[in-house]
Amino acid sequence: MNPHVRHLRRTLPATVTLAHGGGGSAMRDLIEGVFIAAFTDSDAPLEDQACFDLAALAAVGDRLAFTTDSFVVDPLFFPGGDIGTLAVCGTINDIAMGGAHPVALSCAMIVEEGLPVEILRRVAASMAETARAAGVPIVTGDTKVVARGACDKLFVTTTGIGVVRAGAHIGIGRARPGDIVLVNGLLGDHGAAILSARGDLALDSAIESDCAPLHGLVGVLLDAAPGTRSLRDATRGGVAAVLNELAEASGVGVRLRELDLPVRPEVVGFCEILGLDPLYLANEGKLVAVVPPEEAEAALAALRAHPLGREARAIGRIVETRPGRVVMETRFGGERIVDMLVGDQLPRIC
Amino acid sequence: MCLGIPGRIVAIVDEDAMLATVDVSGVRRAVDVVCVATPGRPLADLVGAWVLVHVGFAMSLIDEEEAAATLRVLAEIGEAEAELEAIRTGSVELPSPPVIPAAT
Amino acid sequence: MRFVDEFRDPALARVVIREIETIAARMERGRERPFAVMEVCGGHTHAIFRYGLEGLLPDIIEFVHGPGCPVCVLPMGRVDDCVSIAERPEVIFATFGDAIRVPGSRKSLLTAKAEGADIRTVYSPLDALALACRNPDREVVFFGLGFETTMPSTALTIRRAAREGVGNFSIFCNHITIIPTLRALLETQDLGIDGFIGPGHVSMVIGTEPYRFIAEEFGKPMVVSGFEPLDLLQSLLMVLRQLESGVAKIENQYARVVPDTGNRAAMEAVAEVYEPRETFEWRGLGSIAHSGVRLRERYARFDAERRFAVPEISVGDPASCRCGEVLTGKLKPWGCPMFGTACTPETPLGALMVSSEGSCAAYYQYGGVRQPQFEGAA
Repeated sequence: MNPHVRHLRRTLPATVTLAHGGGGSAMRDLIEGVFIAAFTDSDAPLEDQACFDLAALAAVGDRLAFTTDSFVVDPLFFPGGDIGTLAVCGTINDIAMGGAHPVALSCAMIVEEGLPVEILRRVAASMAETARAAGVPIVTGDTKVVARGACDKLFVTTTGIGVVRAGAHIGIGRARPGDIVLVNGLLGDHGAAILSARGDLALDSAIESDCAPLHGLVGVLLDAAPGTRSLRDATRGGVAAVLNELAEASGVGVRLRELDLPVRPEVVGFCEILGLDPLYLANEGKLVAVVPPEEAEAALAALRAHPLGREARAIGRIVETRPGRVVMETRFGGERIVDMLVGDQLPRIC
Repeated sequence: MCLGIPGRIVAIVDEDAMLATVDVSGVRRAVDVVCVATPGRPLADLVGAWVLVHVGFAMSLIDEEEAAATLRVLAEIGEAEAELEAIRTGSVELPSPPVIPAAT
Repeated sequence: MRFVDEFRDPALARVVIREIETIAARMERGRERPFAVMEVCGGHTHAIFRYGLEGLLPDIIEFVHGPGCPVCVLPMGRVDDCVSIAERPEVIFATFGDAIRVPGSRKSLLTAKAEGADIRTVYSPLDALALACRNPDREVVFFGLGFETTMPSTALTIRRAAREGVGNFSIFCNHITIIPTLRALLETQDLGIDGFIGPGHVSMVIGTEPYRFIAEEFGKPMVVSGFEPLDLLQSLLMVLRQLESGVAKIENQYARVVPDTGNRAAMEAVAEVYEPRETFEWRGLGSIAHSGVRLRERYARFDAERRFAVPEISVGDPASCRCGEVLTGKLKPWGCPMFGTACTPETPLGALMVSSEGSCAAYYQYGGVRQPQFEGAA
């Protein structure tokens, strides 16, 4: 048992109140009883910051990577994960997509008063478990409690730092004609799982979020394909958004083949019912990699040998024509432009 | 207009309320089956039937024979073409899809 | 997916395309303008773009994208009325996702939601009824939209509400009917359309009989079609064969789903709950007699228009809009000076840029392959 838990002066009440954000002993109880208990095994006194040994970092790579992301998902818990796993994986993935090895995370929580403490405990526990399994500790954090209605149950912000491996030069603007576009698996699971978990569409399925930390996968990919040009996790806006950004930033065209897009049958069914396109659905454990053609085969083999890349596929290539555009060859040999969406995809009847 | 998708009735949810569960590639939803039920027959007769679902309503029973007939007509066009082609060139190759010139 | 994948078979598609090419080559001789075939239904428009069908067909064949997108043709005044209902504090306004971004003269439902209106996206009118049951102290209003395909679903939901005695549920009815609209279209001077691909899902409700006048009075062929790419290609082939042999009749390519007699239970529910309006206004097309329905007196308590005072102010289409010409095949989307400049999916001026099924929005998003200025416009 964590030593801090023994130091608790009071047991925590069932729900979070504004008192837990007031800076007094209630706040201390909440932080120690929920977050410290979950995130750390040490009983050293709490500091306002975490410190890192620069020499140790410099031994891993030659640049520091730094990123932040906020998570506001509804519902908080969904098949395949929860806001906590999402917050840990999301930030690890943002670090990893720069070719960096993630070193540590921070965690800031904004809690709506009235949230059951049990919910906070579950979120903290899954964050801790995900972080531990990923080998990336949560080393600092903050908690605020706001009045009812000022936020929706719980917002989580995670910030991460990492060290970029020497020699890796990865960027959204680096794709060149001839390069191959890869994905590491089935598309659209997270978006479909969340829409379905919200319940207002009354659809039942076994679709689970693909939420996963991808730094290990990126590691094996970069070992196999050190010339990798671009990496992005295909979160909001899906693969379509990533490729549009890439086409614009690199000044190239992207050609996809519809027949090569890996989508599981349940997600296909889900999309057909609601009139959605899996290319635009969010993923939380999928990356788009652009690799030079001579490294494509090795890259694909490396991805497929990793548990998070078994269904990896080449889905298209970078071309000179139509710079800034993503064009998909339909299964018919026809073609269509895959544009950015204005906003979210909405279920439609038309 | 009018997104509709084939699904299979896998269970009856509520006989009185005329609701049944439809499965579309592993995704399930309760749908209203008033428009495909036969008056005087138990809803259980519908289990296993393929229906066209629109906004939570089964709107039509899919006629499997008609579906097969449509595909047969298509296949016959193919056969007729292949024969003509064979007569013309001595081979039965399908044309590759047209190349659409990229805009510059 | 059964009944879907078989009708997306590229090899079969190629042979149908080949056959279309053969016929088109025979018919092309001595012809000055392309054969214009209108797909009436927005779902067909969507499929044509989704599969890139236009680029696979000979140049002599042209799709004209018809008025069958209920969201596109909804006039701004009706959107304003619906926003005014949605903004009432006691109301939970439930709608299909399609309608959320449609602009009214003041705002869209999306903006109204951001400003505090309680607006929910649902998949089915049944889900709106369930919302009413779960929230007995609120008024749940469902945005009834769509052609004959969707009409039975709202009619049956109202019948269900009546049977279950749900008192806090009503429908803002904007249902429209396709037949008067097709007639109005066919009566247009200089209509540049040679044949029609008929709406498959409307037809599974109303059957194929109501279309007879198209062939008999106007001498145009129509083939009722399914929504998969092979369905559309086969239907196009059937239209061309009629044109080539100089006949005009109504054919049914989608017999696996569409019985020629339609669906009796669905039609009965519609007739019991709804009656025709004298006239209904369409965005881009103006007022068309008997093209809309409203709830019958017997179901008046489920009618949001009678339940809540709505402003009912008619708002004209912007003067620069040429949607009507695009809808009747006289103008291509990219031929409109507003296309892609003043009128985009983010800021639609005209009906056809509103929903992803509108032909302008579809061209903008998916990129028609035959339009010269498209790359520059987008």
